[in-house]
Amino acid sequence: MAAPMSLDSADAEYVRGLVHRRAAIRLDTSQDYLIENRLAPLAEAQRISGGIAELVSRARNGDHVLGVKITEALATHETSFFRDSAPFDVLAKSVLPRLVEARRATQAINIWSAACSTGQEPYSLAMLLLEKFPVLESWRVRITATDMSAPVVAQAAEGLFKQLDVNRGLPASYLVKYFDREGASWRIKSRVRQLVQFRQANLMDSWAGLQRPDIVLLRNVLIYFDGDTKRAILDRVRQTIAADGALFLGSAETLLKVATGWSPQLDGKVTYYTVQP
Amino acid sequence: MKAIIVDDSRATRSVIRKTLLEEGFDVFEAGDGKQALEELKKTGPVDLALVDWNMPVMTGFELINELRANLDFNSMAIMMVTTETESSQVQRALEAGANEYVMKPFTPDVLREKLMLLGFARD
Ligand SMILES: C[S@@+](CC[C@H](N)C(=O)[O-])C[C@H]1O[C@@H](n2cnc3c(N)ncnc32)[C@H](O)[C@@H]1O
Repeated sequence: MAAPMSLDSADAEYVRGLVHRRAAIRLDTSQDYLIENRLAPLAEAQRISGGIAELVSRARNGDHVLGVKITEALATHETSFFRDSAPFDVLAKSVLPRLVEARRATQAINIWSAACSTGQEPYSLAMLLLEKFPVLESWRVRITATDMSAPVVAQAAEGLFKQLDVNRGLPASYLVKYFDREGASWRIKSRVRQLVQFRQANLMDSWAGLQRPDIVLLRNVLIYFDGDTKRAILDRVRQTIAADGALFLGSAETLLKVATGWSPQLDGKVTYYTVQP
Repeated sequence: MKAIIVDDSRATRSVIRKTLLEEGFDVFEAGDGKQALEELKKTGPVDLALVDWNMPVMTGFELINELRANLDFNSMAIMMVTTETESSQVQRALEAGANEYVMKPFTPDVLREKLMLLGFARD
């Protein structure tokens, strides 16, 4: 008998509750198809003969590891190099020059890519620094890249990208300069790789050990959180970021009506945020 | 905005054309480098040329060299769209004067993101 490929409503309800508790990801009933599409491959990979119904029932009965895997399978990891391009122009042309000026004494800059997915975002930052700010070569520059999904962080740290990935958003001149061809894939060069420290971390958990960041990229991840969680996370970013730091959200995201204590800064078409004095 | 697609595969041209039309370009087409030069002599310079590498009669690489040596056409943006995927080939195309490079196979999003990199963003 073929394994059942759909969930009954109680199971779907359980999964919605699980991902909300674990990752504050809100899925509504119209997204049950998403749950089924994402969990079917997981059940198969786990060699669970009873399909997604059995997968979910095991998680319900206390299989914690499966609970984590289910949560990860439902987070979207969609990303690309220099995603939306304009925010990276603003970083290169105004935010970073100002910051470099302000940090002449300490010669240290910390950047946090807070939902880094498969690494395109922190590596884009690293390439941007190498390309446009050669002065930083002798500074202490650290890009911390975190994501709640362990497999995704491992993939990012590996630094190996498929051709389709390097086709997306990456200037061709950066491809030849900062990647080596390896079989059908492309590996990021070590001078880029060494600027980035990857770590698995859930934004809902403690941020202990995080160096005070000067720039925070919290892009295309708030969409998963409900209002209270968004506010709580943005408040913590505000308490963590340097007083003269800059926060970037995804291009379709805004802080307006979500959190307080931030000042929007409009630069061309891009809005980023600074902490209100 | 005007663009010319230079590719010997009609199927590829039509995939590219669809995205360019959506992005608001007027689109011309040619099946090899020589046809492209003839077409451009009629139309005058366009804003963007999307150029395959391996084509009969005149390759895309030769076409780029022709365009960059021609005062009428040397300010056009050029995007190479090709199955050539060696790093050294990408480098060669850039040195010859290509502004961007897309490796086949690609998706419409890949093209759009590259257009954005070249400053052809539509908002
Ligand atoms: C759509 S990707 C965004 C990647 C990148 N920031 C960008 O804009 O291209 C969202 C990422 O957020 C991660 N994520 C979701 N919930 C999270 C949480 N609670 N803590 C940390 N990361 C989370 C997912 O694993 C996924 O990789």
